[in-house]
Amino acid sequence: MNHFFSNIDWFDIWMATLDTLMMLGGSIIFTVLLGLPLGVLLFLTGPKQMYEQKGFYAALSLVVNVLRSLPFIILLIVMIPFTLMITGTSLGVAGAIPPLVAGATPFFARLVETALREVDKGIIEATQAMGASTKQIIFSALLPEARPGIIAAITVTAITLVSYTAMAGVVGAGGLGDLAIRYGYQRFQTDVMVVTVVLLLILVQILQSLGDRLVVHYSRK
Amino acid sequence: MIEFQRVHKAYKVGQREITALEPCDLQIEQGQIYGLIGHSGAGKSTLLRLINRLEEPSAGSILVDGEDVTALSPKGLRQFRQKLGMIFQHFNLLSSKTVADNVAMPLKLAGQMSSNQISSRVAMLLDRVGLTDHANKYPAQLSGGQKQRVGIARALATSPKILLCDEATSALDPQTTAQVLQLLNELNRELNLTIVLITHEMDVIRRICDQVAVLDKGKIVEQGPVAEVFLHPKHPTTQRFVYEAEQLDEDDINSDFERVSGRIIRLTFQGDATYAPLLGHVARETGVDYSILGGRIDHIRDTPYGQLTLSLVGGDADAAIAQLKSAQVTVEVLRG
Ligand SMILES: Nc1ncnc2c1ncn2[C@@H]1O[C@H](COP(=O)(O)OP(=O)(O)OP(=O)(O)O)[C@@H](O)[C@H]1O
Ligand SMILES: [Mg+2]
Repeated sequence: MNHFFSNIDWFDIWMATLDTLMMLGGSIIFTVLLGLPLGVLLFLTGPKQMYEQKGFYAALSLVVNVLRSLPFIILLIVMIPFTLMITGTSLGVAGAIPPLVAGATPFFARLVETALREVDKGIIEATQAMGASTKQIIFSALLPEARPGIIAAITVTAITLVSYTAMAGVVGAGGLGDLAIRYGYQRFQTDVMVVTVVLLLILVQILQSLGDRLVVHYSRK
Repeated sequence: MIEFQRVHKAYKVGQREITALEPCDLQIEQGQIYGLIGHSGAGKSTLLRLINRLEEPSAGSILVDGEDVTALSPKGLRQFRQKLGMIFQHFNLLSSKTVADNVAMPLKLAGQMSSNQISSRVAMLLDRVGLTDHANKYPAQLSGGQKQRVGIARALATSPKILLCDEATSALDPQTTAQVLQLLNELNRELNLTIVLITHEMDVIRRICDQVAVLDKGKIVEQGPVAEVFLHPKHPTTQRFVYEAEQLDEDDINSDFERVSGRIIRLTFQGDATYAPLLGHVARETGVDYSILGGRIDHIRDTPYGQLTLSLVGGDADAAIAQLKSAQVTVEVLRG
């Protein structure tokens, strides 16, 4: 057993874990900040909704679909000049966050749009009948009613981001994925690979059960 | 007061236009309970939703308290809507908010009360609809009747003068329906609340409405005081609704008529005449014998009425009919 773990430098692992958590935390915050309004916009301008705008919706949809169909690894490389512009580096945690956000935001926005469509139209109508403004409809009715769905969307997005952070390791972002590839794969240190994969698995498990709990907590149906 | 002047509504579906409401005129007085009845697709919801402009009219004007609401600015429309309450067939309560928060919602949106004022108003409203004990529950934990009472409390939160009800009792069982109608009836009296109510059951109209309009394929085919329309329906659609409510079957009635001889008449009593011992008296005076073929004694809102179908044999039938007529009874001769 001791022999199997001989390659492991627990300090490296700890640092890599911190990097992964920071990338994840930073990217999920910006993804939600950008994706939530984008999702609301997609919803409102969508077919048969309050502000139906066929042309605008089609254009926005196309952009979202293009970004979603782009393999993340390509997005990582394409984004390098842009990342340099906003963070000053394309390396490390700071360099990883812009491509992570760019990859996850369209995905998250679609999930938000779907969650909002699940809200009963009658509720929107009742809120309109009370004399609510559009802003009030969004903040007092739509978002509270869609909250369980949005929390589930954040959970799925966070888990997707965990695997994206591992890929970001390839372009020098650091983190557990980077460790797994550099030591585990390229230097055949299987034990490092196993430990990092187990840590990633634990992270995913924690995110999923936390998300599930919050969804149950906020579901009143 | 609500007034429709040549109001018309057509929906565009692709290239085609579907007329949901043909040009119609309507007048609803302050404090009335006004019923709209019609089959599915007749245009009832369309008509109702035009009042608070959840639908935009294609033509015509809608006056509420003398103000043309079709000309309101977006802000004016929002303020106008705060003065109308609406309740729905499927309640449309927010599942994420407690009963108290649902009722508080219109007040919070209007933004004119402090949170203390809001909570005392909510407490008062919940007390009025009998849901004080359920204030902190979520809608999913309530029965249908309780949900509709939350809907009513919410609709009345901003003290509107008008309440719009779109099939408010269609999802409820008969007993709960009766309770909700009773509540609406009381609120109408207490607050001089104008209620516009959609239903497809004549019985709901009979129990609480003052006036009724019958809609058929986007047209108002009959309208007037409930007693008039209910007791003497003219349009075939209205007649069908009344027969349904009375659980009469036209074929059965006709086959019953063939079994008896003599004249057949239908008497309609209203108000105090309903309880007067009239029939025996007239029979003795005119020597007419009668047998009862059908009948019903009930109330239209608060007015008692009776309707009897009789066959008259022997004696002086003409004199009997004349006597009945002079006693404020409406007589229809069904077979001479
Ligand atoms: N948004 C819409 N787009 C197109 N047609 C519509 C729309 N809403 C209603 N209609 C049509 O207008 C007509 C009247 O509909 P409305 O909903 O007013 O009927 P209703 O009397 O309320 O029926 P129900 O008893 O089923 O609720 C129907 O033929 C319906 O198909
Ligand atoms: Mg309807």
